[in-house]
Amino acid sequence: MSAALPDALVTQSLRKLGAVSVFFWRMLIQCGPALARPRLIVDQIYNAGARSLVIIMLSGLFVGMVLALQGFDLLQRFGSEEALGTATALALLKELSPVITALLFAGRAGTSLTSEIGLMRATDQLTAMKMMAVDPLRYVAAPRFLGGVVAMPFLAAVFSIVGLLGAHLVGVKLMGVDRGSFWSQMQSSVDLKDVVEGVVKSAVFGVACSLIAVYEGYHSEPTAAGVGLATTRTVVASSVLILLLDYVLTAFFI
Amino acid sequence: MRRRWKPRRPDGATCGDCVTGPAKPEPAAGASGAEALIDVRAVGYTIEGHSVFDGLDLSVRRGAITGIMGPSGTGKTTLLRLMTAQVAPDRGEIRVWGRNLATLTSAQVFAMRKRMGMLFQNGALLTDLDVFENVAFPLREHTDLPEPLLRTLVLTKLQAVGLRGAADLAPAELSGGMARRVALARAIVMDPELLIYDEPFVGLDPISRGIIVRLIKQMNDALGITSVVVSHDVAELAQIADDSYLLSGGRVVATGTPRQLRDSSLAVVRQFMDGSAAGPVPFHYPAPDYQEALLAVEDP
Repeated sequence: MSAALPDALVTQSLRKLGAVSVFFWRMLIQCGPALARPRLIVDQIYNAGARSLVIIMLSGLFVGMVLALQGFDLLQRFGSEEALGTATALALLKELSPVITALLFAGRAGTSLTSEIGLMRATDQLTAMKMMAVDPLRYVAAPRFLGGVVAMPFLAAVFSIVGLLGAHLVGVKLMGVDRGSFWSQMQSSVDLKDVVEGVVKSAVFGVACSLIAVYEGYHSEPTAAGVGLATTRTVVASSVLILLLDYVLTAFFI
Repeated sequence: MRRRWKPRRPDGATCGDCVTGPAKPEPAAGASGAEALIDVRAVGYTIEGHSVFDGLDLSVRRGAITGIMGPSGTGKTTLLRLMTAQVAPDRGEIRVWGRNLATLTSAQVFAMRKRMGMLFQNGALLTDLDVFENVAFPLREHTDLPEPLLRTLVLTKLQAVGLRGAADLAPAELSGGMARRVALARAIVMDPELLIYDEPFVGLDPISRGIIVRLIKQMNDALGITSVVVSHDVAELAQIADDSYLLSGGRVVATGTPRQLRDSSLAVVRQFMDGSAAGPVPFHYPAPDYQEALLAVEDP
């Protein structure tokens, strides 16, 4: 029995991976036709992106401020407070912005996507579309997926900018680091490669989070409990996958 | 390829106007010699080990209103899902417009569905669109009609169901009856040849119910379409159905016109028509002895 349990778990995981892959492929095919209705995608960018702005900006501000405090405390020990701008910028651009934005996205927009699609399924709206000869993958899933994928890098960029402002506020205004050193060191140390790493990470996280959110909603049990479980699965699976992918991508870029 | 429908029994004998019992499930009485738009033959269907249908036979006459009745949980909605190729039967064959659903590709199924309209039990209106856009949805997806013509078509259909004035309302602002009428307008906006109604009278007040009954009849007569109405509301169905099937235990247990079913002496038909708990269809879910169960509670 002890051997059977891991076997069953592996089989179940592989089956789920296969189902998600097939769903992803079918949805990608429908992304082309979905682009013919840009209004739907713009609506979803607004839902996933614009409506997440407040939480992203607030989080970015506080993360930047904490980063500046911790960084100042550490760098002061080596007499290198001027490097605070570089340290916060690299930490935000390469790591914290993509990861924290993706985690927040999964909690805010991802759950919203899953519950919305799950409720559409529970109230027969997806079946009604099929009966009207409209593929829900094209009308419902693809625009929401594309909206999430487009929104994520922009949200990460906003997170970085607000985070840097927060770091400047604490580092320069509060802790007394020289403003010129803060910005000039950052400018000279941060390369395009660092920015690209952050953009690639946020794009990959956007694909992963949006795919999981849409898949879970589309396959949720058509009951209140089923939609609730699907929403929970979205947050858990997205969070674990984000951290896993973060390690893989970081190893790739180093 | 369309084929002519002939009423037949499993033994090949034909049947005229008659009410049939459980031993000989047959096509509806009034269907004799008419062309079948939907032909269900020897269908078996199982969900998670539970047999829903076992050798189901029925036909839907072109141009007629066919009522499918039966107690709750007898598989009426599942039958609609089978007829519309949402699920596939384990055994048997379902032909719609003469084409075996099992042989159709998904593109062909979608093409076939453009000729159908379906009214869902809860309306299934798209919650992110208002009433007008809900009705316009199939037109926007399948046609390139200019906006003025599309608007005219949508308002015509909304006028037909008496809800032109509600065009700007959101689905959440509609009552159950209004939502079903909007869904009906949406179902007919593409001028379908076949309209399928899933429990159209459930949860409606008497006025809304009467309106829906009249609308189904009017739509069928005025547009010359074929209608399939799944319901357990005997009185409403009797007013409009040309043919009726009574399902129970995964099979057709009786067929005929509503009047024939009403006058039938078959026990299962009588139980359903009279709404009686006593009869071949058990009221109680299988359970251990009642007295023993009560005593077990008192003496744990």
